[in-house]
Amino acid sequence: MSRQEDRNHPRGARAAAGSIAGVNDSPARLPLRTAAAVKLGNLSSTLSQKMGLGAGGMIGGRVALKLDPQALNRLTQGRQVAVVTGTNGKTTSTMMLARAVGALGEVATNHSGANMPDGHVTALSKQPDAPYAVLECDEGYFPAVAGASNPSVAVILNLSRDQLDRVGEVRTIERSLRDAITKLRDCTIIANCDDVMVTSAAWNAARVVWVATGTGWHHDSASCPRCGNPIRWQGEHWHCTGCDLSRPHPNWITTDEAMITPEHRKIELRLTLPGKFNQANAVMAAAAAHALGVPVEEAVRRLRSVSNVSGRYRTIQRNGRSARLLLSKNPAGWSETLTVVKEANHPAVLVINAQEADGRDLSWLWDVPFERLQGRTVIASGERATDLAVRLTYAEVEHTIVPDPLKAIDQMPQGAVEVIANYTAFRDLNARAAADE
Amino acid sequence: MSESTVQIALVLPDLLGTYGDFGNAVVLQKRMAWRGIKAEILPINYGQPVPDSCDIYVVGGGEDTAQTLAVKHLREHPGLQRAVTKNAVVLGVCAGIQIFGESFTRADNVTHPGMGLIDSTSHAGGSRAIGEVLAEPAGGLFSGVLSGFENHQGRTVLGPAARPLAHVKVGTGNDGSVEGAVQGRIVCTYLHGPVLPRNPQLADLLIEWATGTKVAPLDLPAVTAMRAERVRAAS
Repeated sequence: MSRQEDRNHPRGARAAAGSIAGVNDSPARLPLRTAAAVKLGNLSSTLSQKMGLGAGGMIGGRVALKLDPQALNRLTQGRQVAVVTGTNGKTTSTMMLARAVGALGEVATNHSGANMPDGHVTALSKQPDAPYAVLECDEGYFPAVAGASNPSVAVILNLSRDQLDRVGEVRTIERSLRDAITKLRDCTIIANCDDVMVTSAAWNAARVVWVATGTGWHHDSASCPRCGNPIRWQGEHWHCTGCDLSRPHPNWITTDEAMITPEHRKIELRLTLPGKFNQANAVMAAAAAHALGVPVEEAVRRLRSVSNVSGRYRTIQRNGRSARLLLSKNPAGWSETLTVVKEANHPAVLVINAQEADGRDLSWLWDVPFERLQGRTVIASGERATDLAVRLTYAEVEHTIVPDPLKAIDQMPQGAVEVIANYTAFRDLNARAAADE
Repeated sequence: MSESTVQIALVLPDLLGTYGDFGNAVVLQKRMAWRGIKAEILPINYGQPVPDSCDIYVVGGGEDTAQTLAVKHLREHPGLQRAVTKNAVVLGVCAGIQIFGESFTRADNVTHPGMGLIDSTSHAGGSRAIGEVLAEPAGGLFSGVLSGFENHQGRTVLGPAARPLAHVKVGTGNDGSVEGAVQGRIVCTYLHGPVLPRNPQLADLLIEWATGTKVAPLDLPAVTAMRAERVRAAS
């Protein structure tokens, strides 16, 4: 379906139905090909789970997309769609937003971090009747997914260096998001105005809601993504010295443990999840839910209950140790997580892999301020524990090396342990810990 | 070199700090400190003049627009160029090898003047070179294989005044055959990792050049283990 048809047809259907009624019969309207593709896809998911091959988060969608390349477009027709992207916080924000939008009706969402089109198709296929869809989207796939799914809302959380060998440089991502966002005419963009890259990406959006998140990674925006001139910061304000890009006036503001709404009301967040970055995720999610029609107090009340995001932040008990599992994938994420674990001086297990999905290049370990762990009991773990050990050596953090993270936890003194792992390290550890329980 | 403390200039980390090359400055500083040589890192951010009095200059990799801004700044504030005439030691990584040369040409075919510190020109290659690299140091400059991770579009051609740093065994480097450049006390490489944590022999060579004294080996088991792992993985 071309973009033009795209715009004329389902928009009409949707306009008729902020109403849920017009939406519920969407599966009946699926063309035969898509319906068959979805059936076969769901079957493969079930088989994959039954045979113990995987969680079935992607395989079904992969099969359906092979059989019907337009499946994503067809499966989102008639639904109100929100797409969530950015470098960090996608899974948490998606879960918070899905929880909040649940106030309006059933929500189809890809919870497990299966954030590419096959994951979206799987999630949508499993809940064909859900009038709402909240989709976490890998930033590289945002143009394709936003183009196919006609979102009512797109949430752009933050952009920073991440897996440079796989994803590419931040500016390339910003440029592709910018182009995609400029094409979205009936979409409200929820954008973090404390992030220069995000602001640039959303600057020309037809409709944008700016959220001041107060988040702090500025190391990828010394020069303007639009004109290359230096960006100048004055407190929280920033502007480009060469063009008109500057921090927009925020509609929503994140303050310490609270947020200020566009109507200047202050609402306490009181989140279950720790850290400033989760407050930022919550305010972004609340603003997005609000744009979809959820009353703000209701949105916050609902997203507050998010406590365990695909295993992240949960605590596992092992031989007298209670280990909190934290996921951090890149310098901005690690920097925030080290701040979270700073308060209590618990021993820390750091787990690093460098598989394809993590990025093969571990140079970024040198961007992480591991020096903050000096004086702690630290174990370097994971498939690339020795690379981490070198970094810790030069950071003068005493440590031992135990490549298996579960064994590493067992070697810690009894009591609380913080475990910080990057993507595949976390995924594998979480699966093993779940199997042990 | 100043009386008591070796000054390591970290050049434009705000623009050329995308690939973790900050680690090179940390490694130099710690390897000196652990041997009782006082050393400090002096970050020079965009907008600040570049001093010509430092002993070692470390330049890292960055994104294209940042690299263009960096070279503009370094040409307007030519402290690094003056330092080179005073025999300072310089390490240029990735963007470093491109901006130190006579010129570099981007994928859009626009040619930018470089700093003219090494006899080389760079241009955009057809595909991005990404992956582990192993290379044999040229002319016995230092011992052991050179190990690193490359991620670059640029290809570099050396003129007669510049020598290659190493001969490529695995990976691409400058052109698939040689890697990096050495001219006087300027060492350039495409390798991240960063390159000095991966290659302590190269770090010590730069330290010996800067201090004028031979340094004793440092036994860091983690470094030895990591090097062995990386060499095995790349072979």
